[in-house]
Amino acid sequence: MVDDTRRKFLLGAGLAGASVASGLTGELAAATPAEAAPAAPQPAATAAEPETYLVLTATEVAFMSAMADTIIPADELSPSGTDCGVVAYIDRQLAGAYGAGDRVYRSGPFHRGAPEQGYQLALTPREYFTAGIAAANAWSHKTFGKELDRLAPAERIDALKQIEAGTAKFENFSASAFFNRVLAIVMEGFFSDPMYGGNRNMAGWKMIGFPGLPALYREKVDAYYDKRYVAPPKSIADFS
Amino acid sequence: MVTKLKEVDAVMVGMGWTGAIMARELTKAGLDVVGLERGQDRIPKEEFTLTQLRDELRYVQRIELMQDNSLDTITFRNEPDERALPIRRFGAFLPGEGVGGSGIHWGGLHWRFLPTDFRIRSALAERYGAKAIPDDMTIADWPVSYAELEPHYDHFDKLCGASGQAGNLRGNTIAGGNPFEGPRSDDYPNKPIKTGVGPAIFRDAAKSLGYHPFPLPVATASAPYVNPEGITLGACEYCGHCNRTACEANAKASANVNVMPVLRTEPKFELRTRSFVSRLLYDKAAKKVTGVAYTDLRTGEEFEQPAGIVVLSSFVFGNTQQLLLAGIGEPYDPKTGRGVVGKNYAYQFEAGGTAFFEDKWMNPFIGAPGMSIAIDDFNGENFDHGGLGFFGGGYIACNNGGAPPIGSRPVPHGTPRWGSEWKHATAKWYQHATGFNTQGSVYANARNFMDLDPTYRDALGRPLIRLTYNGTDNDHKMSHYLLAKLDGIIKAMNPTHYELHQRPKKFTIVPYQSTHNTGGTMMGSDPKSSVVNRYLQAWDAHNLFVLGASVFPQQHGYNPTGTVGALAYWSAQAITTQYVKNPGPLVHA
Repeated sequence: MVDDTRRKFLLGAGLAGASVASGLTGELAAATPAEAAPAAPQPAATAAEPETYLVLTATEVAFMSAMADTIIPADELSPSGTDCGVVAYIDRQLAGAYGAGDRVYRSGPFHRGAPEQGYQLALTPREYFTAGIAAANAWSHKTFGKELDRLAPAERIDALKQIEAGTAKFENFSASAFFNRVLAIVMEGFFSDPMYGGNRNMAGWKMIGFPGLPALYREKVDAYYDKRYVAPPKSIADFS
Repeated sequence: MVTKLKEVDAVMVGMGWTGAIMARELTKAGLDVVGLERGQDRIPKEEFTLTQLRDELRYVQRIELMQDNSLDTITFRNEPDERALPIRRFGAFLPGEGVGGSGIHWGGLHWRFLPTDFRIRSALAERYGAKAIPDDMTIADWPVSYAELEPHYDHFDKLCGASGQAGNLRGNTIAGGNPFEGPRSDDYPNKPIKTGVGPAIFRDAAKSLGYHPFPLPVATASAPYVNPEGITLGACEYCGHCNRTACEANAKASANVNVMPVLRTEPKFELRTRSFVSRLLYDKAAKKVTGVAYTDLRTGEEFEQPAGIVVLSSFVFGNTQQLLLAGIGEPYDPKTGRGVVGKNYAYQFEAGGTAFFEDKWMNPFIGAPGMSIAIDDFNGENFDHGGLGFFGGGYIACNNGGAPPIGSRPVPHGTPRWGSEWKHATAKWYQHATGFNTQGSVYANARNFMDLDPTYRDALGRPLIRLTYNGTDNDHKMSHYLLAKLDGIIKAMNPTHYELHQRPKKFTIVPYQSTHNTGGTMMGSDPKSSVVNRYLQAWDAHNLFVLGASVFPQQHGYNPTGTVGALAYWSAQAITTQYVKNPGPLVHA
């Protein structure tokens, strides 16, 4: 059971949909020079309440917003990543047990292993993203003269491609591995149940036609055999 | 300060499928049994419920039901001259934790091995000559035959309420089933799960090529069913959330649903969760174990639990680690080939593909592993390996297990992974894709093994298991062969677009592949070449029985749980009908 307050909040977040705040805090948005406004089309950030963040710093919010909106740009298929709550999602994940390295073996010694041996850093996910954002912004500053979130749209897409391919050389930090982690957590924020703060208004699910809950199809499997199944998606909060 | 507890008749180390089955059979025979489980209790009516099970982030991505790596993990390297490093969070394989173990989050694919699988070394020698088997291929005949296990396979089918189509009923071939399977004494308890759209196209294409397609057998009831324990199972809801998740419908079999409810009411059984067995208490001179030592993870207190019979019923890694730590059986040395504990580690060698059909509605969220279709024409010795340059094989399937969207959004190869083009491709293809896999065998190799890690330790201070594993040339050739056959079938399906997914040359622990880890405490017919005898009794401790896939001499081209369940019943029968009357070695070396 979700308590009433939380449920109202979740429903409110869902109903707010595309009119919800962008990932930028009011303060930061105001401080952003006009020519460096975030690339993707966004509703006016000033019109909505600012997002409240648990652990991400203003710089990290700006970075993650830029990543979320470049990875998931607003178009006819969905609102932008930030408008879908992706940055709020990332903030909550990194503030919680996952961000703190829950259920991860964290004993040393730590060695750089082969790729086949998987993640071998001593950093928790929260520490990892902090380090990665700093490294990415340092590279962006060196390469383009400014932080990644301040790049013009086309330039930012180019920067992301370089980070993804690993042709961007971060200082003693794997750019491509960092990009993969960012991509993964952005996709989680776009497609996970809205109760985690992302996938607002189930925009990610609507984009692909995923119906969500309750997923009881025994009586429907024959009727929809090779026929399009259309149902307004429902999330966990809708049944709580 | 260790508290010594009162002796019991038998203690289980781990309460997954095998611990629950053995505890049930021993209490039925009148023994007092304690079940020790280091994870938490998992009670279906509290935990296997809606809406929480529809939370893909929690179960599929954050792998809630899996082992806590902060307490225990394994180390890994591809080759013996490399430095093994700890798997910091499981990826390629996902052992479960808590009551029910890995048998909660499985997909429920429910297979039997082929009669020839149980005598594979002999079968290969007869067909191709003994010299055809490479020296480093350390495969072995099982010390038990298909015919001996069949009644136990049948019982496990019924315990699970399995659904499928028999292909060989008491020697008679049944149309629509798997004609290659060993003779079954009885049909599946339930009719097959309904076939999905992609698998139906696969079935027709496979038939047109002369193959023998059939519905994938599953331990999931397609209709309400009462199992031999008197437990009522529900019918599969086609929810598409089987993998890595529990089942709220009580349709997918697990120890929690299909065994534990009766065990929980049994006065002769006591369950102790958060009880982490640190070591077996071994009396080498007497060739017996006297019990186990464990730590109560709630308080840190240590206990000794003396027991007449000790049953190792944890996962492959835990079983092997306990024997190595206790010094039971000679550790395997890959340099000399001597020793047995840790030998013949094997795995499942899967590859696959994805096909896109722009004019078909797959509705991939309507899913159940049993909606899949397989062929078995290229498994084990179902086909002639003469001149092929490899042994082994696997079933080939078109899958319909569900597509939760964080993890399952196939787009054609070459599509960007983000941005507007990615969005359009994802929206276009999500409802029009179907996946395939080849369930390849792993024929054991002398260089793949487990031992104790010299550096890394678990939360109790014990050395971790160190896994040294890489794919062999034999297994890569086998996998390429299966993929070529799959390629032919997909072509005949006439998709808009398709692609095949080959295995990387080196095994990696990063992306998920399969939790079908096997070996390390192999069963066999003599103590020189095996750890346990045909009844899963340790050669070096007659009151120690080792259950689970760690006893497999190699891994065949099927999911292992059907055989794991059948072996547990087979071993339980030997204990209750022979061992308790006259404790001692059941097979004389």
